[in-house]
Parts: sequence; structure tokens; C-alpha cells
Amino acid sequence: MENNIEYEVKLEIFEGPLDLLLHLIRKNEVDIFDIPISTITDQYLEYLNMMKSLNIEVAGNFLLMASTLIHIKSKMLLPDYGEGEEDDEDPRVEITRPLLEYLRLKEIAGELSERDLLDRDVFTRRLSPLLKDQLQGEESLLDVNIFQLMDAFKRIVEERLPGVPLRMQMERWSLKDKTSQILESLKTNEIIYFSDLFKEDITISEFIITFLALLELVHMGLVRVFQPDPNEDIRLEAHFEDDEEANHGKISEVNN
Amino acid sequence: MGKSLKLIIESLLFSSEKPITIKEIHSCLPEVKTSDIKSALKVLKYEFEAMGRSFGLREVADGYQFRSHSQYGPYILRMLQKSPTRLSRASLETLAIIAYKQPILRHEIERLRGVDVGGILRTLLEKDLIRIMGRKNLPGRPLIYGTTKRFLELFDLKDISSLPKLKEIKAFGSEEYEPTPTREKSSPEEESSQGVFDKETGSGTTN
Repeated sequence: MENNIEYEVKLEIFEGPLDLLLHLIRKNEVDIFDIPISTITDQYLEYLNMMKSLNIEVAGNFLLMASTLIHIKSKMLLPDYGEGEEDDEDPRVEITRPLLEYLRLKEIAGELSERDLLDRDVFTRRLSPLLKDQLQGEESLLDVNIFQLMDAFKRIVEERLPGVPLRMQMERWSLKDKTSQILESLKTNEIIYFSDLFKEDITISEFIITFLALLELVHMGLVRVFQPDPNEDIRLEAHFEDDEEANHGKISEVNN
Repeated sequence: MGKSLKLIIESLLFSSEKPITIKEIHSCLPEVKTSDIKSALKVLKYEFEAMGRSFGLREVADGYQFRSHSQYGPYILRMLQKSPTRLSRASLETLAIIAYKQPILRHEIERLRGVDVGGILRTLLEKDLIRIMGRKNLPGRPLIYGTTKRFLELFDLKDISSLPKLKEIKAFGSEEYEPTPTREKSSPEEESSQGVFDKETGSGTTN
């Protein structure tokens, strides 16, 4: 009973094999540069067995580390014939090095979390929601990220094609066609709206191709997206660089 | 103009929710030189410090913003009736790797942390703390990750080069590590290094 409680706590703590190893090293109060590999390996395996007996799936990376440990242990057991001069490196560096890096990382993460975090330690002025609504009707545009774009796409599909069954069709459009089509219309219009891209009569597959093309363009930095308000239409603006040639080069590269 | 310029800028800072950049201030005051805006900001910053207010003018994410001092955080939290920003240890470690070693690939992050980071990357993307900078020309065209402006805002950082300096940084990560530019260097430096990166990957970066 008491053991069970202990396991639960432990299993929560160890996110990965490095975490577990570090815990074992600390628990045994041993030097990280001189790890008693046999003891640590045994305890490590004991822990994996414990997980198994609790019907907890042991992640692959835990197993990989187990095999690494066993490999090191076997290397340490082999008598040293002193033949390979260059191969004289302590086999334990294979785990010491990643462990040191991991410790370093924890230290860095600690330093980061000690900073004055926004909305934890320090705060900024907050505009009232009412004022925000008024302002957002104007020019205060928000940058839209990929996830907001996907939400907008979902909304359009639901609005325009409610409950329409998916039918497989020959693809009429390629991603490349669509990408250049959107670019062309942006060249002539400068600004177009997200919903303009999706004419009422287009098919699901064209919907998707159009959306993928847009994602690709945004990704390549050729189109910028803005949304004044979460419920408003997303605005697309061309963001061509000076060198047109280079842009065309990028598009063809993406599509091959 | 001296005094009123300072106060105009102060009013902009007061009514803005996001950090405002010198460029944004300049677009509200096109007739004023940026050097004058800069010195007005410096004076403002100093004045608020000297007054010993509960908030001050901070330089974050390449802009300027009024922020409360940390010792008043608990009271503000009480007023807002919300729990403070929290990042799990796993998120924090992953962010730390990305911040210091960007541009970075997922498998490089996983090598350092020793665990799968797919789920964490997704959460960080959704929180707008990291972004996809492009794809690397390697088999499978893996995604390249970097931090966002929001990251700088969250961690009270002026720009990415003002991340806390680390002693013996070389011990961290692979040998290809290059030290971040020193605090004195201006952001154009950083942009130029990003430009090189763009060429390499063949894809642009957006904010």
C-alpha cells in the first residue's frame, strides 16, 4: 500500500530516462563523473519493472536508455587488455555527457522561470473590453497565426457546406496552380479577404487545396494575414520581396 | 516641444496594451526625429524610476511598455482574480532549448531532453511562444523552430540577445553553438543573421 503511493508520485516526476537517471544519481549520492554503473543500472531496471507491474506502458526512450546502461555495464566488466589506445575513453561518458547537458538545461530553464514573468510577477495595463471592441473596428490589426487561420477555415466549411458528405473527385487543382492563382489576385487587388478565396460553388477538394495554398504562402512569407477581430474576416496582404525572381524560385521548390 | 513631446509619448505608452516600438511612436509623430523620441523615452524611463512608482517603463520585445514591479504582483493577481501564468517544467525546458539554440529542429530538442516533445511543441505553438521558421533541407524536410515576440513579452526580454548570459555555455548542447550577440549590439545585427538563415532554408519567416 505504502509502496503504491510512492510509485504514483515517482511516475509523475520522471518525464524521461534522463530525469530518472538523475534522480538515482542524487538518491545514491554519487558523483556524476564517477557513476557506479552496476548499481545505477540495477536500480534503473528495477524502476522499469515497477512500471510494467503497474501496467504502465514503458516508453521507448526508457528502454533505449536501459540498453545503453547495460551496454556500458558490459563494457566495464570486460577486462582491459590495454590494446586500443584511442578507444580508452570511459564508456560511461555515453551517459555522463547527456546528463551534464541535461543538468545545464535545467539550470537554464530555472533562470528563465526566475525572470519577471508577465501575468505572474509583472502586469501591463489592460484596456477595457468595450474600448477594445471600438478600437478594433479601426486599424488596430492583429497578426493571425496558423491556428487562427485553421479555425477560420473550419468556420467557412461549416457555414458554406453544412453536413455535406465528402465525395471523392478527380483533382482539378494542384497546389501550385492555387498558389499562383492567389498570388495573381493579390498582385492585382493588393488586399483580399479570406472568404473571397472560397467562392460558394467550389468543391471540398478545392476548398482544401485553396487553404493549403494559403498556408504555404503564409509560411513562405509571401502573404501576410491580419484579423481585426476574432469574429471578423481575415485580411490577406501581399508581402512581395523586391526580387520577384527569388519568389518564383521558392514556389517551384516547394511544389516539386 | 521638449516637454509636450515627452508627455505625448507618455500618453501613447499609457493607452497601449502592447509594447510600442519607436517606429510606431514615429508613425504617430512623423514630424519628430527618432533620435528625439529615443531621448524622450530615456527621460520618461528615468523619471518613473526616480519617482519610485509601483510601475516603470520597460523595454520588452523591441518596444516600450509600462509594467508593474514584481513586488505588487500578488495584489494585482488578487484584483484580477486569476491564477498566475504557469509553465510546466517540461515546457520551460523545451522553451529554454529553443530560445538559446534557435533555429532548431525537433530531434535536436529531443536529443537534449531525452523525451518526445511533440505534444509540448504543439502547446507552445498554440500559446504563440514558439513559431515555425521554415523547413530544413534534410530528408523529410523537418520543421525549424524559433521563439516569438510573445516569448519576449512573457519573459520580460528586450530582444533575444538579452537572454541571460550563461557561463560555460559551451557545455550546453552541441559544438555548433554560437554565443548570442552582446547586449550592446543593436537588433539589425540579429536581422542580418536571420537573413542568412532564410537563404539557407529557402523560405521566408513571418511574425
